[in-house]
Amino acid sequence: MVTISLTSQKSAQIRFTLNGEQTDVSFAPYKTLLEVLREDLNHTGTKHGCELGECGACAVLLEGKPVLSCLLLALECNGKEILTVEGLGANGALHPLQEAFADLGAAQCGYCTPAILVTAKALLDQNPHPTRDQIREALSGNLCRCTGYLQIFEAVEAAVLEIAGQDNAAS
Amino acid sequence: MRLPLFEFRVPRTLKEAARILHGEGPSAMPLAGGTDLLPNMKRRQQVPRTLLSLRDIGALHENQVTDSGARLGACLTLSDIASDPRFRNGATALAQAASQVATPQIRNMATLGGNLCLDTRCNYYDQSYEWRKSINFCMKKDGVTCWVAPSSRICMAVSSTDTAPALMALGARIRLVSHSGEREIPLSDLYNNDGMLYLHRKPDEILAEVLLDPLHEWRSTYWKLRRRGSFDFPVLSVAAAARFSPNGAVEDARIVIGSVASRPLVAEEAARFLVGHSLTSETIAEAATLAARIAKPLDNTDFDMSWRKKVTAEFVTYALRELRGDDVTAERASITRLPSA
Amino acid sequence: MPQQKDTPEKQSNRNDGELRVIGHPRRRVDARAKVTGQTRFADDISLPRMVHCKLLRSPHPHARIRSIDTSRAAAHPGVYLVLTGKDLPIEYGILPVSQDEQALCLDHVRHVGDPVAAVIAREELTAFEALNLIQVDYEILTTISDPEEALATPNPRIHDYGDEGNIHKRVALEFGNVDQGFAEADEIFEDTFFYQGSTHLPIEQHASVATKDPDGKLTIWTSTQTPHYLHRALAKVLQMSAAHIRVIATPNGGGFGGKSDPFNHEIVVAKAALLLDRPVKICLTREEVFYCHRGRHPVLMNFKTGVKKDGTITAMHLQTLIDGGAYGSYGVASTFYTGALQTTTYHVPRYRFQGCRTFTNKPPCGPKRGHGTVQPRFGQEVQLDKIAEKLQIDPADLRLRIAESSNAVTANFFRLSTVNLSECIRRVVKSSGWRENFRKLPEGRGVGLACSAYLTGAGLPIYWNKMPHSGVQLKFDRGGGITLFCGATEIGQGSDDVLASIVAEVLGLDTFDIRLYTGDTDLGPVDLGSYSSRVTIMAGNAALQAADRAKALLAEAVAERLAVPADRLRFAGKRVFDSAAPENGLTFQEAVCLAEARFGTIGTVGSYTPPKSLALYKGGGVGPSPTYSYTAAVVEVAVNPVTGWITVPKIWIAHDIGRALNPTLVRGQIEGSVYMGLGEALMEEQEFRRLPKKLSHALVHKFPSILEYKSPTSLDMPDLFTELVEEPDPKGPFGAKEVGQGPLLPIMPAVANAVYDAVGVRIDEVPITPEKIMKALTEKKAGRAPRFGPSHFPHVEWPEALRVPPPWEGGDGNAINDVPRREKAKPHQQKEQVLSS
Repeated sequence: MVTISLTSQKSAQIRFTLNGEQTDVSFAPYKTLLEVLREDLNHTGTKHGCELGECGACAVLLEGKPVLSCLLLALECNGKEILTVEGLGANGALHPLQEAFADLGAAQCGYCTPAILVTAKALLDQNPHPTRDQIREALSGNLCRCTGYLQIFEAVEAAVLEIAGQDNAAS
Repeated sequence: MRLPLFEFRVPRTLKEAARILHGEGPSAMPLAGGTDLLPNMKRRQQVPRTLLSLRDIGALHENQVTDSGARLGACLTLSDIASDPRFRNGATALAQAASQVATPQIRNMATLGGNLCLDTRCNYYDQSYEWRKSINFCMKKDGVTCWVAPSSRICMAVSSTDTAPALMALGARIRLVSHSGEREIPLSDLYNNDGMLYLHRKPDEILAEVLLDPLHEWRSTYWKLRRRGSFDFPVLSVAAAARFSPNGAVEDARIVIGSVASRPLVAEEAARFLVGHSLTSETIAEAATLAARIAKPLDNTDFDMSWRKKVTAEFVTYALRELRGDDVTAERASITRLPSA
Repeated sequence: MPQQKDTPEKQSNRNDGELRVIGHPRRRVDARAKVTGQTRFADDISLPRMVHCKLLRSPHPHARIRSIDTSRAAAHPGVYLVLTGKDLPIEYGILPVSQDEQALCLDHVRHVGDPVAAVIAREELTAFEALNLIQVDYEILTTISDPEEALATPNPRIHDYGDEGNIHKRVALEFGNVDQGFAEADEIFEDTFFYQGSTHLPIEQHASVATKDPDGKLTIWTSTQTPHYLHRALAKVLQMSAAHIRVIATPNGGGFGGKSDPFNHEIVVAKAALLLDRPVKICLTREEVFYCHRGRHPVLMNFKTGVKKDGTITAMHLQTLIDGGAYGSYGVASTFYTGALQTTTYHVPRYRFQGCRTFTNKPPCGPKRGHGTVQPRFGQEVQLDKIAEKLQIDPADLRLRIAESSNAVTANFFRLSTVNLSECIRRVVKSSGWRENFRKLPEGRGVGLACSAYLTGAGLPIYWNKMPHSGVQLKFDRGGGITLFCGATEIGQGSDDVLASIVAEVLGLDTFDIRLYTGDTDLGPVDLGSYSSRVTIMAGNAALQAADRAKALLAEAVAERLAVPADRLRFAGKRVFDSAAPENGLTFQEAVCLAEARFGTIGTVGSYTPPKSLALYKGGGVGPSPTYSYTAAVVEVAVNPVTGWITVPKIWIAHDIGRALNPTLVRGQIEGSVYMGLGEALMEEQEFRRLPKKLSHALVHKFPSILEYKSPTSLDMPDLFTELVEEPDPKGPFGAKEVGQGPLLPIMPAVANAVYDAVGVRIDEVPITPEKIMKALTEKKAGRAPRFGPSHFPHVEWPEALRVPPPWEGGDGNAINDVPRREKAKPHQQKEQVLSS
């Protein structure tokens, strides 16, 4: 059993996999994963819009599933796999979702974008051919005040085609 | 918005957890998904000295569905439940309830136990420390007045759980585990119509499991009313379940109205009325009227309270018509904004 | 000399068929940064030795501060500094006529959330804990919760200035003989409407980081739409030369008008950074963003309109009562805006406007997308629907009949440029199947139509001066790249892309070849800020001028080298070549080097000042614009006649944009505007709780959270069909008009009109909610007026109206009963001198 005592320890440590890389980090024990990512690991791509789980801007993938990093204690992430927007690309190239979002106007102010990207990625990993309604529902936990969502849906649909095309080309 | 300081303990077994909870007393709180507790901690509504993480306890993640019923561990996530194809037909209400809580990301974290024990909510209570200071706090936390009903002697915070009404309509029982033993009670007996003392759960008891009898012959449904298609807590919910005889008459029924009191309310009279009758427009309307009678919403949620009261009967008819087998996809889509749900 | 006019010759050079950047859907210049999470927003900035600031805010809606004891907080371990009002006593504010704010209240708090003290500590949690150790002794004053209470309660005064009591500002303007206009009418309609307040709710909370540079000057990174106005406010309050202050507007995670005022927290961290000689950061919580507010004013409106039988308007009289909240902010301008644009869509020959703004003990209201014109647009469009019904004319046909024309001058002396309102109406009528659906759908389903106009940039600056409203500098690199410097701020609307695309088009490059430095007061010439939809037309025209000048220089050098007339040269595909013999040319890079060798270091500037307005009367400064955009929308609703439950399945919209510089971005602005309009129409509400007076003086925001303040989710967004009407407007760069605000305006009235079509009740209020619909349906069933809305407009002591004869009554834009401006003392000019010293 693990005990972190607030009086005896000023900092805690965890080891976890961040964007595919083993990462060790020390932090004040009361911090959420969001705070540790942004403040102790310099991964500021993940944002906060409310810090209470009411907007979705802090979404990251925990073991492949979208969760809200503002409601996850960093202490709970020891040994886990986390994916943030910084880890979406591979081999020096952007993820097809990122390319599609950039091309099709899915990002205006860009603040909700990282959370929507990772949530959409989780959707496509689980369901490579979602309908418009399934996309809508998967993103129903992400608020956007700029776009009205429609270009976001279209960008996800474009990425679906691109990924399917890449898969066909690869096979 | 920073969390306060806390001790963090991660027991490996239920027994260990119960022992710690007993030893620490009320200053310790179990932490499952954290989606209700952490916001409350950030707003200083709840400031436990010790957080007891339940994540590593295998027994709480059990998910057994057999011919003799179901055993659901309290730490199953709402996503797990919503996507489980076994929770259909008889147990549809549970799947519908779980799938409409909050947002997809929160459902990936939030647990069944957490939702069943969800703190009661109120516009005057679910606010930051600074906001509550400007109203001189409220009865539920740090103050004396219930601002919803200033002459009330009890707190009127509203029950906001979705899974509870659904599971109550399915006749669920729960198993509570503590250092001194365990007990099994009907889920309905867990709740108390008091915004502050809303659970008949001793501070050192852990809700470990939900138990369901077989529901083969039952049909059930859950309807949730809220302003938007996601995020929002219910302002009114209806869970209904019925068992029919071959000629279409109701053999047994349960109707539960949620979010109109400090606990989910069982519409006993309405359910009793239906037994022995088929579901016709007349019987549905009468049952709906009887059910709506027990709803006494107050001004502690979104939407005007008199409107919430006025639409209750209509809402109940949607649920009963669905049990009858009507195609209510249009009504459901209009409320949930999910064409496919 | 600065060349403002876009002459016909220049226009013809921009042959549509030859445009390679403008008008093509493109990835915006900052897209890659945004999709990789690399855009540096203010809270992403972290500097060595940085410390954190939290603000202590008033828990009372109205009180005097008797004393503050900060000693325990200052002694708390980890706390470096505690500031109070006496450390920052100088007043500031966005408008010269309402410099009524203090960074930390000195002796008077005016709303729950008004900042009173600041704690700067090593950790944010420490600063938060120390707030509780500050003892403030308050003397409670009477709470004033709404305009009617403000009118009835002249004392205690929330501010020591203003018209009188708690009335901030009253205005009265009369254009033409309005009473005669009513006498000539066949029918007179009088309606009262209420538009509830709403807030911007940008996903990014306000954040700022201030630091003392290595060389000792102050730098602040902050999420602001108006770095230039903040720059001036900092200089004033900190009593420093503006030359030693650098404001860097970080890209905003949404602004919508909520980040256009200089804010308490910005001034506080700047002061703290100077005192501590360490970087100081503050990031507001979501709740604190509600206390900054500066959102849409709640407005009660009374519309009296006279019409002929054919729908022609003979006269209009509009009265507005405006809830200003606790401070002035843009409020005086907002007050004029609630009356200004009623004449820009349909011809109104005679017009009387009376507006009254009061102070109340709530977070201050200010500019939110559409700034003050949204509320009266709702009233006008719903009343027009009622008029159409009574006169038995189709609402679309009525509007087509009375629509204003291009190049008209309105009764209140606003010069219109291109007006394609009629085409917008025709488009949505066609695309929505209006003729087949209006008044023909089954019970519970309905369609509604509404239109609007919006300015493309406010014609006058916030502080009176004769300098350009926007400037652009271009630097040319021998490597063939260009660096563009401009004060314009990227708030998500795509201003960076607009600037880059204009320069790329003129000089034949890709936008990727252009590096932008925007929103930085050290680096770029002044741009007044991202508000009133001004950036495309003003910064865009400035960029156009700078690029044209550069083109002329390069052309001169290349012409000489190639021995070809300069006007035969084309700039395209990163080359400069003879259009008659395209293979004869140089690369752009070679052209730059050639020009540099010929002329010395190359750099060009461009600037823009709007044309002089015709509205010379006092108050005429609000409303004029180089040109106006127009929009028409049809909304389809489904209303449950039993519960009042309302959903919106489809919206059709057509927007008169002049030219879409980047169709992808334009679509995004339209869809985003429609989305935000829908939010206001259905669910966004600034609601306040006044606790029972016998038990408490509290007046609190009912739900200052992003959960309870409802904003539509992905599931709540309907299908949307968008059309653009593109007749290039000579005032805009490449003909472009605005698109960031106009498309929001018609949505709310179209929803109200659709509800009437669906279930026969009028909701004369925004938001249009199930509760209100059900109440109206109950009234209808009982045989009473099938309506929900305000029942009366209170009595206001209006001042004597300034009488300005409209153009067709021989007017020249001046008031005939005002003291000539030259002879009056101008207090704001004295303030002007203070600011510039």
